[in-house]
Amino acid sequence: MMLRAGDIGVLLAGASTVAALAVSAWGGGAGDTVVIRAAGKVVETATLARAQTFAVPGPLGTTRVEIAPGRARVAADPSPRQLCVKQGWLSRAGEAALCLPNQVSVEIRGRDPAYDTLGY
Amino acid sequence: MTPSAIELPVSADDRRIARLAALAIGLTLAEAALPSPLPGIKPGLANIVILLVLLQYGWRAAAWVSALRLLGGGILFGSLFAPGFWLATAGALASLTVLALARHLPARHFGPVSLSVLAAFGHIGGQLALAAGWLLPGPAITHLLPLFAGAALIFGAVNGILVARLLASTSSAKATPE
Repeated sequence: MMLRAGDIGVLLAGASTVAALAVSAWGGGAGDTVVIRAAGKVVETATLARAQTFAVPGPLGTTRVEIAPGRARVAADPSPRQLCVKQGWLSRAGEAALCLPNQVSVEIRGRDPAYDTLGY
Repeated sequence: MTPSAIELPVSADDRRIARLAALAIGLTLAEAALPSPLPGIKPGLANIVILLVLLQYGWRAAAWVSALRLLGGGILFGSLFAPGFWLATAGALASLTVLALARHLPARHFGPVSLSVLAAFGHIGGQLALAAGWLLPGPAITHLLPLFAGAALIFGAVNGILVARLLASTSSAKATPE
């Protein structure tokens, strides 16, 4: 007999340890606020709790930031390559979308900030 | 003056430990040839030998085999006293500590699989504790922790089943005269 009763218990305990570690390491960190900057200055700090849209002016035109419950994205941006738009929805603390040509950035913050500061 | 020769008496125990340590070193070397997705994730085949030694000859012998394996492996890999060697040492120490406690679990319910899984968790725990405290302070390791723990669980279970089979086959070979 390969497995005894305690072995199965140890295996189950090990599996739940792995699951708990996975949840705590990968599952947490949901953001709750979004910080929008234009030309390096914070122009808007909004909660992720309710849906709203911000229009942020930049040197190339207007960047439209869309906030839905729990997540945010750059919905439209005049930048030529549309990198920050293609990044899609951001929901985890520390995630950020940068529209460099228009000098606009969108950053998700959590309760515990993942970084002290980020320089772009 | 006559040249004095130092005689070191070699007991049967010494020979057995040396033989088993050589086996463990061989497995460590063979395992190094296997590709690994992440440094530090290895099947830990030498732990099969350590566990067999623990179950058949006791904890002291297992600790000796483990220490000789580390030393021999370090010399053969050329990594003696390099960071990797210390990580392996920390893992082996933690694993042996866990085994020292876990072998007192009632054997009726807890077989080699339990010991192997617990030792594998001890192994990866010791290595990561040293790595987190010394080589990679910060949150980097936390994000890899589930992967390491998952690998410890799987390889620990597989090694434990191998040990159980090996024990069963040796005991049945002893039981049935040819």
